[in-house]
Amino acid sequence: MTAFGKWTAPGAAPDDCLARNDWICGAYLATRRELLQDAVLQHLQLTAAAVALALVVAVPLAVAARTARWAAGPVLALTTILYTIPSLAMFSLLLPVYGLSASLVIAGLVLYSLTLLVRNILAGLRAVPEETRQAARGLGYGPLRLLLTVELPLALPAAMAGLRIATVSAISLVTIGAIVGYGGLGNLIYAGMNTYFKAQVLTASVLCVVIAVAADLLLLLVQRLATPWARHQGGAA
Amino acid sequence: MTTLSQAWTWLTSADNWSGEGGITQRLTEHIVLTAVCLVLSCLIALPVALVLGHLGRGGTLAVNIANAGRAVPTFAVLVLLLLSPIGRYGAWPTVIALVLFAVPPLLTNAYVGMRGVDRDIVAAARGMGMTGGQLLRGVELPLALPLILTGVRIAAVQLVATATIAALAGGGGLGRIITAGFNLADTPQVVAGAVLVAALALLVEGVCVLAERFAPAGVRRAGD
Repeated sequence: MTAFGKWTAPGAAPDDCLARNDWICGAYLATRRELLQDAVLQHLQLTAAAVALALVVAVPLAVAARTARWAAGPVLALTTILYTIPSLAMFSLLLPVYGLSASLVIAGLVLYSLTLLVRNILAGLRAVPEETRQAARGLGYGPLRLLLTVELPLALPAAMAGLRIATVSAISLVTIGAIVGYGGLGNLIYAGMNTYFKAQVLTASVLCVVIAVAADLLLLLVQRLATPWARHQGGAA
Repeated sequence: MTTLSQAWTWLTSADNWSGEGGITQRLTEHIVLTAVCLVLSCLIALPVALVLGHLGRGGTLAVNIANAGRAVPTFAVLVLLLLSPIGRYGAWPTVIALVLFAVPPLLTNAYVGMRGVDRDIVAAARGMGMTGGQLLRGVELPLALPLILTGVRIAAVQLVATATIAALAGGGGLGRIITAGFNLADTPQVVAGAVLVAALALLVEGVCVLAERFAPAGVRRAGD
């Protein structure tokens, strides 16, 4: 592991940060721009697809668990068990179903996000005051209209809190997808590890955190815009 | 279904359990790694959380650290440590990465537990002339214990699950069975490894739940 010493032979590789294998390297950013862009794009696509799919599955599950009392126990137990399975193991368990594909990583992330989303949406729905429900019924709201225009909007803050945690976790979990070649920035970290390429590992790691923080702030902004009534009560949970 | 039955065959064959890199060795490595990291994380996180909770300061700090911790991929931390000078010291990069990962849930739960203690009880204890240390040990800690132990349980289960990542960086543990299976394109072995890790995680969760159930009455009071 001494391939990148300080000393370079006269007339050999130029003395730039790539040759010295520095952690921080402008030349790396300049020369690998497309590689980084592709990795970031894959990272975003995998996360977005997984979180969107998880939401599509979680909302009906949470509503079912809220409406049919008997469904709550099994739904919560199942999603909790899914959450206990390690990410590396989850990807491998799904391997026979999906093969080495992006769907494999997305499916794994969906199963992870489910626990957080179902729990939070259910908590939000349960926190809707009974008086509010009765008032809406008194105004002639049917069950569907009650759900869509009263209960779900009121459950939004709790649901968004879950969505933020699920999104941030998914962004960091995508990196493990590198084991099947679909890990977004994780691919660069994995490759950088094997070739001892410090600038690549640090750059990709920092980008992961930047994406996670940006996504969290974006969702916080969406939550503020979507729940104007909660704004004067001071911020999010 | 054939994959599952092949995985079962792999799991039940005695050859795979013994010897260098066998299931027994990987399982032991996994348990030792998890236990060491859990103890270290508790030693780091709990005193800080207890003192901060007692003083009633740094709550936002604790929550922010926990949230920021979730944003940093453990795999990235592991690889960064591996390429740094620490990488020369055997299992230390793995241990540090896992400890950094386990500290946030411990910190948050312990802090929230300490702050959740009824303020009237604290005021009454103060009125009886208890010093800060006595209050912390004799009143706040016992009342916060259920939530603190929940934090330890969450951290333990997550550590079992996350310790598999060590294998991606050439470390030991059950993750090695999975990565080796990947490299050999041996799906039954991959599935068998995954089942082992999941089973261990569920086992740890179960043991923690049982421990809470059969703990002294004071500990299980506010069980969830």
